[in-house]
Amino acid sequence: MCLAVPGEIIEITDRDPLTRSGRVRFGGIIKEVNLAYVPEAKVGDWVIVHVGFAISMLNEAEAERTLEYLAQIEAFNELEDDTLV
Amino acid sequence: MKYIDEYRDPVAAECCAAAIARITRRPWTIMEICGGQTHAIVKFGIDRLLPDRITLVHGPGCPVCVTPVEKIERALAIASRPEVTFCSFGDMLRVPGVNTDLQSVRARGGDVRVVYSPLDALRLAEENPEREVVFFAVGFETTAPANAMAVHQAKGRGLANFTLLVSQVLVPPAIAALLNDPECRLDGFLAAGHVCTVAGYDEYEPLAERHHVPMVVTGFEPLDILQGIYMCVRQLEEGRAVVENQYRRSVRREGNQPARRLIHEVFEVVDRRWRGVGVIPASGLALRPAYRDFDAEVRFPDGGDVTEEASECISGRILRGVTKPHDCPAFGTRCTPEHPLGATMVSSEGACAAYYRYRRPLAAQGGV
Repeated sequence: MCLAVPGEIIEITDRDPLTRSGRVRFGGIIKEVNLAYVPEAKVGDWVIVHVGFAISMLNEAEAERTLEYLAQIEAFNELEDDTLV
Repeated sequence: MKYIDEYRDPVAAECCAAAIARITRRPWTIMEICGGQTHAIVKFGIDRLLPDRITLVHGPGCPVCVTPVEKIERALAIASRPEVTFCSFGDMLRVPGVNTDLQSVRARGGDVRVVYSPLDALRLAEENPEREVVFFAVGFETTAPANAMAVHQAKGRGLANFTLLVSQVLVPPAIAALLNDPECRLDGFLAAGHVCTVAGYDEYEPLAERHHVPMVVTGFEPLDILQGIYMCVRQLEEGRAVVENQYRRSVRREGNQPARRLIHEVFEVVDRRWRGVGVIPASGLALRPAYRDFDAEVRFPDGGDVTEEASECISGRILRGVTKPHDCPAFGTRCTPEHPLGATMVSSEGACAAYYRYRRPLAAQGGV
């Protein structure tokens, strides 16, 4: 029910603050999405979309940091394994 | 797909599970709140990657499951009216009321439509001024901005034939109710990433402190969930109990401010009954008096008087994390997704449906 999917804004089609919307690409699919809740979003930005509404801007730097955190966990495992050997 | 595939890397998942095993010293029980996370955990077998000392229990985070039976009965009564076009997310169509469901109403000639967004229902109302278009506004905080916007636009355009049947619920009061339950045996929580994307997580901080329970706002991909569990276990082992944010690429502490403002303008907080759980104070949203003309329960006041459920369904215990689906004697026999006894078997995000879909072959072999 709370499923939300990341997509990339490829065009802003309506600039009225309330009905602000744009075309968003999800893999090979393009859909019209309401952008009223991400007033700062522009073409090329990634947004998280739920039932036709962008509910947040995807923070690309934080997305990278999460992957780096996971890589650190991995590196820590290997370090521990080496210590055990 | 970018921002999805890299969070499903099976090698990284194994590493993350190994790291969890490495830091786990004592047994811990962690509840994931959101049905979407339950679905991912069971689908990807995340619980099976974890050390035996970590138990995951599945929470009440499926709005379809917790919509009370009297609201379903109200939906059935409204959808049966000849002048009504009743619009709903697909998940609600097979949720059983007392005797029937929306799908059966449609089979008997009711105009019941599945829509992707409340804006689709709004469009139907504009295109069909002779029809009364009702949208079944079911959801948690995640869906509230969409429903608030639909009714706000309807008011702005003076649409007289559009109403919402509101069944919006709020997560933090439900967590408080779970923690106050004497049967509660939860050590930590994974909070729902998309709920917090909208509503933020400042409300969770006093809960974590008061009950000394760590809460980690967590995303929905396997690596998100494993990292969320890792962060939660690390807090537990270190004796800390604060709110941390794993899903930083979407969630900010204050949530989405424009969305929160419109939700506040359109809705007010009310006491709400959760199916299988009971009334939880201040856990629901209802339309404010200024939007009363758009309330389907005001426009169509009949039906929905039933509050008793005659069923052997134990979904209330499932939703509170007290019992697992396969402990129910009806699971997979008298209760299946085709013939559900209760809502946790209907919704694809209900714990029973997830276990039925992904765990049944093993259960049939004698192990789960």
